[in-house]
Amino acid sequence: MNATNVSRRRFLETSAVLGGGLVIGLTLPLRGALAHSKGSANTPPVQANAWVRIGPDDTITLICHRNEMGQDVHTSLALLVAEELEVDVDKVEVKQAPVDPVYVNALLGAQITGGSSSVRDAWTKLREAGATARTQLVAAAANEWKVPAADCTAKDGVVSHGDKHRTYGELAASAAKLPAPTNVALKKPTEFTQIGKHQHRLDTPAKARGKAIFGIDTKAPGMVYASLEQCPVIGGKVLSVDDSKAKSMPGVRAVVNIGEGVAVIADHYWNAKKAREALAITWDYGPGVGLDNAKIEATLKEGAKQDGSVIRQHGDVDAALKSATKKVEAEYRLQLLAHATLEPMNCLALVSDTGCDIWASTQFPQGAQGVAAARSGVPAAKVQIFPQFIGGGFGRRLDVDFIGQAAAIAKAVPGTPVKLIWTREDDTRNDFYRPASYHALRGGIDAKGDLVAFDYKFASASVTNRMFPGVTKNGLDPLMTEGAIDLTYDIPNERQRVVIQEFGLRVGYWRSVSHALNAFAIEGFVDELAHAAGKDPVAFRVTLLGKQPRQQAVLERAAKAAGWGRKLGAGKAQGIASMESYGTHQALVVDISKTASGAIRIDKLTYAIDPGIAVHPDQVIAQIQGGAVSGLINTLTAKITLKEGRVEQSNFHNYQLPRMNQMPKIDVVLMPSGDAPGGMGEVGVPLVAPAIANAVFALTGQRVRTLPLADAKLTFA
Amino acid sequence: MATLDINGKVVDVEAAPDTPLLWVLRDHLGMTGTKFGCGMALCGACTVHLDGVPTRSCITPLAALAGKKITTIEGVNGKVAEAVQAAWDHIDVPQCGYCQSGQVLAATALLTKNPKPSDADIDTAMSGNLCRCGTYQRIRAAIHDAAKSLEA
Repeated sequence: MNATNVSRRRFLETSAVLGGGLVIGLTLPLRGALAHSKGSANTPPVQANAWVRIGPDDTITLICHRNEMGQDVHTSLALLVAEELEVDVDKVEVKQAPVDPVYVNALLGAQITGGSSSVRDAWTKLREAGATARTQLVAAAANEWKVPAADCTAKDGVVSHGDKHRTYGELAASAAKLPAPTNVALKKPTEFTQIGKHQHRLDTPAKARGKAIFGIDTKAPGMVYASLEQCPVIGGKVLSVDDSKAKSMPGVRAVVNIGEGVAVIADHYWNAKKAREALAITWDYGPGVGLDNAKIEATLKEGAKQDGSVIRQHGDVDAALKSATKKVEAEYRLQLLAHATLEPMNCLALVSDTGCDIWASTQFPQGAQGVAAARSGVPAAKVQIFPQFIGGGFGRRLDVDFIGQAAAIAKAVPGTPVKLIWTREDDTRNDFYRPASYHALRGGIDAKGDLVAFDYKFASASVTNRMFPGVTKNGLDPLMTEGAIDLTYDIPNERQRVVIQEFGLRVGYWRSVSHALNAFAIEGFVDELAHAAGKDPVAFRVTLLGKQPRQQAVLERAAKAAGWGRKLGAGKAQGIASMESYGTHQALVVDISKTASGAIRIDKLTYAIDPGIAVHPDQVIAQIQGGAVSGLINTLTAKITLKEGRVEQSNFHNYQLPRMNQMPKIDVVLMPSGDAPGGMGEVGVPLVAPAIANAVFALTGQRVRTLPLADAKLTFA
Repeated sequence: MATLDINGKVVDVEAAPDTPLLWVLRDHLGMTGTKFGCGMALCGACTVHLDGVPTRSCITPLAALAGKKITTIEGVNGKVAEAVQAAWDHIDVPQCGYCQSGQVLAATALLTKNPKPSDADIDTAMSGNLCRCGTYQRIRAAIHDAAKSLEA
């Protein structure tokens, strides 16, 4: 932390010299913050606080501390600031923040974009940032005019008193000299003029015109390219390499052994890739070489015999099961999945005498700084991270392996910027996979048909154990409890247990993390229980939600919107699923039908969502529409399989993603709410699989308890 | 040395003849609007127009480009492209945005050939373009929206 303090002081000193302004709550390091700022040395922009910068030309800039990967943080977070600052969100420019402790996500404890937490973390913080800056601007104008601040108004970037007006840009320098107010009053939701209203995304025009710069698009003078051959078995190492042929190929500058693989550096990407294919490498495949899916499945099933950690318990589930009229038992399993972001992993790195610069698409700039420091040998204080637009995150870019690789490769050619680009095959075969899982469930129903006992056990590998081992306490990974510990059903006798069972493959956070795993098992099983009780699946759930009015409301709303219970006609069926996740309530009805050839067509997804206050409603809907497609990926055909430790899939022909012609209609009913915002980025994902599996049961009588559904001999139109 | 016609400009490129057009654009010419996704013509992120026909630049070698008019996201223009991009803006189609250059070029080619596409026509023309974020529903709506605006 010393280094940061030094740069903080340096910034404050330099800032005072340049602008004569007092900077409020500022902890931005000099190089990162000012490198991107507008204005000349004579008229620098004023940094009102860590998030708001006001230029002399009235430019309002949000220093956005979360990374944009499609989930709309640039616009949603700009809305929070703009609402209180009293400027039109369209007037806000967004710059990506560097690494700094002030930008730590309080919900996650690090500078991370993930966990559907960006708006929840920023909800008060960024509105306060806007309100603080506005209060100072108003005070500056009031001082100048010698009138009470309370008699001045701020609107559309102008402070006014009677016929006197000053723009924010004109006031910024004097405002920055005033003390920051500590307890600014925030607007009531009824006073919002922008939050909760329709707005366009700030980044749409650039993205529709190929102008958004993703990590893979970054450039630096004298840049060269690297292509990296990694061990075909994850975790293996290079034993030796014959690079004589590669080195003789056109454009090749260097061949670098970085341990987990060998990189060719060349003047152009295509030359680097061709020369890489000419490398002859001998590998130590490591312990992963014998791994396959059958072993993983067996390991998980065996592991599930352990007691694990009890995460939720009340009543006496064993006794209740014993005395139940009907008992139901089931096992559920989920597959390994790759993230398959459309922008393959890549990173531009420059290691020089003065430090290490990293340009990358990353969800974890702080981790990027750490790994780049470790692998370049440059102290972290001299590692600058320039986060870029992310061409798909889904959790893959919480991992920073490719950033460390780029730093290690660039270290071999000091002073030369090197852009490492993985191929699609590299990307598919070197992922941190969504863990396969095993779920054992038991339920008991009494003579009246009421659910009286629910016993659940979930066994899987822990991502948190690998990435943030300090977070795993007493053998319990809190992220593995998601989608289970917050079960909304009121069941008199209940026990839930989680077992961490590693299976020898590295695993990663995949959009919605354990929610998708637990929801598939639990919501599928609840459907089985409804059937065993002889009750309608919606009515059965409604009864269990008596103490959960918000959850009950979304369930009933989804059922109504989808026309649940009406006569559907031959070859058609519906399925339902319901849960709370990230503080957001949702239910989903799926309509499916059988085609003439016997394939199943997913016709329609009808969601009802109660996310609390929707900051940017159209993008809440977009997140559900997109989350639905992530849900379809995990439901229909995609899976990762291993043979002798090698990932068998390589590209989009054997790891298939849904396409336009397979898209169901997606309807989203957004429930009005005055509650604080819940998370949104991952909510659309977890209910797709159970709702479809439940619809398949309704259509065919076949209860599918494994994903992908294609493994149960189902085909999809 | 190869001479290419890119977005109406004559450009000389020094690259191996097997270099895919994608990397000629992105690396040799610094035109990064065209994206790399798969390298096997499976995802459509690298879509450009060759003589107006949507083409996967990741598998199109430099040697095959003589005499062809190449149009990329940086140069696509005219009534149809403008209507497509206006519809993309209006409906806020993109999420991460990485596939959208390819989607816009595929949609522009579709509407140039077929000014009033049905949903089935859209399926046929657009199913080669993956969107990992799942903006398909909005892409479909935006194509219909653009078709409507071109009709007016």
